[in-house]
Formats: sequence, C-alpha cells, structure tokens
Amino acid sequence: MRLKELESSLQDLSGFDEPKITLEQYCTTPHLAARMLYTAHSVYDDIESKVVADFGCGCGILSIASNLLESEFNMALDIDLSALKIAQKNCSNYEVEVDFVLADIKSDSLYQWKNKVDTIVMNPPFGTKTDKGIDMIFLKKALEIATTSVYSLHKSSTREHIKKKAKEWNVDCEIIAEMKFDVPMMYKFHKKKSVDIEVDFFRFSKKESRN
Amino acid sequence: MRLVTHNMLQCHVRGCNVNNYPLQLSEVEIEIQETEFNSQFLRSMIRKLEWSALINSAREIGITTLPEVLPDDFDEDFLRNIHRVLLETHIQQGKMTCPNCNHVYLVRDGIPNMLLNESET
Repeated sequence: MRLKELESSLQDLSGFDEPKITLEQYCTTPHLAARMLYTAHSVYDDIESKVVADFGCGCGILSIASNLLESEFNMALDIDLSALKIAQKNCSNYEVEVDFVLADIKSDSLYQWKNKVDTIVMNPPFGTKTDKGIDMIFLKKALEIATTSVYSLHKSSTREHIKKKAKEWNVDCEIIAEMKFDVPMMYKFHKKKSVDIEVDFFRFSKKESRN
Repeated sequence: MRLVTHNMLQCHVRGCNVNNYPLQLSEVEIEIQETEFNSQFLRSMIRKLEWSALINSAREIGITTLPEVLPDDFDEDFLRNIHRVLLETHIQQGKMTCPNCNHVYLVRDGIPNMLLNESET
C-alpha cells in the first residue's frame, strides 16, 4: 500500500463525540497518522508481522493504520471508555482486529507488557492544559515496554528537553519529520477556526536491539 | 480481549505485589472470529508468553487442548491450535479476579477495565 492510499483510506474514521479537554482529545489527522505508520513500516520495518501497541489511542487511527500495513497483533490503550468505544466501532467498520484495554498509563497494570510488544506508536497528550509532563510519562512507559522502537509526536517547542531525556534514558532518538498538527476548533478556548501546532515526529529506538 | 492480551495483565491494587498474576477468568462469554494464520509470527509470540499462565487461563475458559509443557518442536497441528486459542478466541464478557487480593476487574464488550478507584491505587 502506498502512502497516499493509506492516507485516503483513513478518511472515514469517526472522531470524538464529545472531546474531553482534560484528556486533550484531539484526533490525529489521517495525514499525520499515515505519515507515521508508513515511515515506521517502509523505512524501519517495524510494523508488518509485529506486535504493535498504541498508547492513548483515542479514536484508534494509529492502530487502524498499523493494521492496514499488516501488523500481526494490535493492542490499544486509553483511559477513557467512550474513546475506546469509538475506536472499537472504527475498527469494526474497517474490519481490523485490535485488543483494547481501559487503563491508566501511569499504573503498574502494564508491567507484563515488557518484552512482548515490539513497537509502540502514539500521539500522547502534549501536557499543555491540565496535566503537565504527561507526554513524558507516556514516553517513559513506552520505552520501558517496547522491544524495538517507539514512534511519537511531540511539540517542537519541547524538542531539546526530549533529546535530553532520551540521552538520560539511554535510547537513540531521531526526528523523522517536522509536521503541522492542524487542530480544529473543538473547545471553547479555541478562538480561531483551527490552529496549527508544530510537532516533531520522533523515532526512539533501544540501543540493545541493534546488536 | 484475546488471551495474548490477558497474558499481559496483572493486578495493580496498592500493596498487591506478589502472586498478582495471571488474573483468574470466570463467567466468560467467548466469541470466535477467524483470522489469517501466520506460523512465523506464532512461533516467536509463543516464546514470549508465560506458558503456564496461558494454559491456566485457557482452562478457565474451557480450553483444555494445550499441552502442560511447551513442546520443543512446533508442528502444524500445534500451531493451528495455538492460532485458534491466541488469535481467534475473544473474551467478550467476564470477570478477572486477582489470585492474591481478590480484586475483580471486569471485561465488558471485549474491553478489560484495569482502572482502579483512587482509594485502591
């Protein structure tokens, strides 16, 4: 499947009915989702026949994109049941299978995921509204669990901080692309119709996995 | 939720740190959904799972066809069976009870709920 096909096939997903501001529920756009998964697949071979997990899956777009690129087993986690219900419905419309888990990324319930999940893809909350630092909690957890690599989006303004943390955690990181996240007006505090947020598309990889 | 995912869930009630895995399945409703067979994937996946936990959980949902000890050699029949158990068997409803503290996590419409109340974390 080509990038364009992947992007256009992701257009039919349902978004959030009532997005929750405290959870920063913005749907990842088909453009970003396709770009992320296509790169992970075609450049790094981290998707096909792999166990792929999606942290903070929201309406499930990354898991669906992963499935369309032939990942073998998909798990998706979110703290919000209504988001998971939408994701579940999206998956059944696309006829893809994803195991959903209602869980808090901060909890220890994920301890056994270690060494069983190959790749993690995520668009974590940026932690700018109410839960400062939540993006780094997602990232740290993902890096503890993924055997090979983690693909994630972060605000470009936090780039240096993320690089520093990656070094501290002894993982390689590279910015694959700088992208614009077109966040449509969904909340009252958004004054404009939509706003572009600059984001970095990162790939983090475990140093051991290259040996 | 399939058994692969169940095989990765443990109790996380505060203070419950030993013997908190695997969660015991009961009152389950199962649905079978067929999916493509990929023997190469299964070979690598089996090695990553906790086998003894898996056979216990499978038994709890009425599957008694898994061998007690993981064989060294995986033949086609074994892999086909594993495929059915791991990738095609979906737990739609049920209870998951911690073997240590007896906390109950519910599975509803295929989604396990691992969230706890504030007092439990």
